[in-house]
Amino acid sequence: MGIFDVFRKGLQKTRDFVTEGIGKIAANIGIFDEDMLDELEMLLVQADIGAACSIHLMNKVRGHIKQTGDASKEAVVATLRQEMKVILGQAKPLNFQKGRLNILLMVGVNGTGKTTTSGKICARYQAQGYKILLGAADTFRAAAIEQLTVWGERTNTPVIAHQEGSDPAAVVFDAIAAAKSRKADLLILDTAGRLHNKVNLMDELGKIRRIIQREAGEAHVETLLVIDATTGQNAVSQAKVFTDVAEVTSLAITKLDGNAKGGVALAVAYETHTPIALAGLGEKLEDLMDFDPEAFVDSLLPQ
Amino acid sequence: MALFEGLSAKLADITAKMRGKSRVTEQDIKDMMREIRLALLEADVNFTVVKELVAEISDKCRGVEVMESLTPGQQVVKIVHDSLVDILGQTNSKLLVSPSGFTVIMLYGLQGAGKTTTAAKLALMLKKKGKKPMLTSVDVHRPAAARQLDVLAKQIDVPCFIQPEESDAVAIAKRAVDRAKYLLCDTLIVDTAGRMTIDELMMTELKQIGKVVNPTEKLLIVDAMIGQEAVNVALGFDKEIGLDGFIMTKLDGDARGGAALSIRKITGKPIKLICVGEKVDAIEEYYPDRMASRILGMGDVMSLIEKATAHLDEKKAADALDRLKKNQFTLEDMLSQFEEVKKMGSIKDVLAMLPGMGGKAVPDANVDESAIDRSQAIIRSMTIKERQNPGLLNASRRKRIAAGSGTTVQNVNQLIKQFEETQKMMKQFSGMFKGKKMPNLGLGKRGFPF
Repeated sequence: MGIFDVFRKGLQKTRDFVTEGIGKIAANIGIFDEDMLDELEMLLVQADIGAACSIHLMNKVRGHIKQTGDASKEAVVATLRQEMKVILGQAKPLNFQKGRLNILLMVGVNGTGKTTTSGKICARYQAQGYKILLGAADTFRAAAIEQLTVWGERTNTPVIAHQEGSDPAAVVFDAIAAAKSRKADLLILDTAGRLHNKVNLMDELGKIRRIIQREAGEAHVETLLVIDATTGQNAVSQAKVFTDVAEVTSLAITKLDGNAKGGVALAVAYETHTPIALAGLGEKLEDLMDFDPEAFVDSLLPQ
Repeated sequence: MALFEGLSAKLADITAKMRGKSRVTEQDIKDMMREIRLALLEADVNFTVVKELVAEISDKCRGVEVMESLTPGQQVVKIVHDSLVDILGQTNSKLLVSPSGFTVIMLYGLQGAGKTTTAAKLALMLKKKGKKPMLTSVDVHRPAAARQLDVLAKQIDVPCFIQPEESDAVAIAKRAVDRAKYLLCDTLIVDTAGRMTIDELMMTELKQIGKVVNPTEKLLIVDAMIGQEAVNVALGFDKEIGLDGFIMTKLDGDARGGAALSIRKITGKPIKLICVGEKVDAIEEYYPDRMASRILGMGDVMSLIEKATAHLDEKKAADALDRLKKNQFTLEDMLSQFEEVKKMGSIKDVLAMLPGMGGKAVPDANVDESAIDRSQAIIRSMTIKERQNPGLLNASRRKRIAAGSGTTVQNVNQLIKQFEETQKMMKQFSGMFKGKKMPNLGLGKRGFPF
């Protein structure tokens, strides 16, 4: 399956919802009047795109109608598609290269799928011939270390771990030392889930980030914020706070295939301008894809 | 997000423009309803629910009260708040107990909602109430899920039945029931694997497990951060297995938790408990009025007051107030106040409950939690005499105190200045109280000493 197919399959539910909705709104006359535009705005909100981003999109649509006088369904959809692509920006996948130390720091609130995503990323780069190390820096959640160890066994990757309840910063320190001495290409650090309004936990993350800077200043570091697509508008404040504390470089949106509508990807991109690198479109290994704005918009709102 | 902070402030803006007008116009109401609609949507309340709710509220607002009120903005907020409380429903829905004497509680939810942690919290809560619970995990999908439950069970010293090698969830469930009965447990809590409602295979597995364990209470675990899909998730599970109620998790975050409103309105089933932290005892009863305030971003004043009254030592507070009246506030009183404040939890948590903070800790405000520790250390490094008479504190004493508390003389000076200012404030207060009985600060007989 190509990229587009995976996106189309994962986002099928949302696509049906959006296209059906637009079809219904414009069913009678095929052009949009002000009330129908209001309804369209609400449809966007229902897809978790968020009020602010939805209002922005609809302002663009209204502006376009004013300019061209074309209020046909085709024109409205075309404007929406174009503006969505503007919000999402260029594709910006994780930038790892063999032959140097790459460090991937996984962060996020509880239950978004950090450990699972760590495992999948590990499998993906393993297949590309990277020499990988996993660092189990989630020392808080019961059995998180074991969960990562299972992924380590599946992918035949060594896992650097301490005891449960130990200092995660120490794990990170050791993992970096191990990665250097074993000349690993990629070190994946799985951290504990933390709600972004907990200062102590966020400080802990800041400390981890500083240790990476100090111990592996020459390495290429990416901080990946994992966001559950089922999340509502809280995702925006997650992205903002984590970016402040841990210098998030890209986002991964997981569980896009599930019960989620997936619009939260747009909401977050609109409010934070942090690029989305990965999309979780299913439970299988190969369902973790590089995020492709074109494919995403096409799957969400086909022409 | 900040755009929608403080619905009351927004509405006040609108109504300010109405001053001098004899009546609220249709346009005013329309403007207000737009703000309410946005506030609710930003709180992740389901769109359909918002639409109905706004229609109801706008009807009520056309009523007389709003127009005659001096502060229509406040009045509208009250109407919204009351409407939310109405929907959010009954207080304290108790957990069902099976008449057979063997209660089975089954927990369902999406991946990552917090089922496993909640299972352990529930077990600890029941244990504290004198029940004899057993935990079991029938999650055969997520690696180490069963182990996670086992570790938590050991922490709270509750029996736990797991079979990590077994891949048949139904078989595990069957054995778990036998085991629980053999151990003479009266409650079995079943933690299931996270799943989407659209995954038919997984739903079938759930139903089969249900047949085997015959659950008394079927609870859906809902993440407070969930978006517009909350309704479909709740309806999906309810349709497939028939829910008895909900538990909301991660309410210690800064999500508004609009999902609570959506699922209450759409399913009519009760919210039984809420989870408010990562520790195993962080599970609480659910109060509709507090949830309403949270959704509207009005702060959880009730919880704050309750937390304060629960932790303040009444006698100590009364003593302090007594001395305050006699104008004898000393560093020792200050020390005991620090202790009381610390008992209420982290300053951030307490701050977040104040109205206007919108239930979120402001990152820029950067409350220094260690400041209290430092101040305590400084006072503890003083002699009793010094504490009662800060006038004694000359330069050499201050140097000694700084060395003893591991701080600097500047820190000591700062604290003393802070103390003097507090004392000055107290003097003004005590002037107000003179000749009166114990002042009632609106908190019954327990007054806030600060």
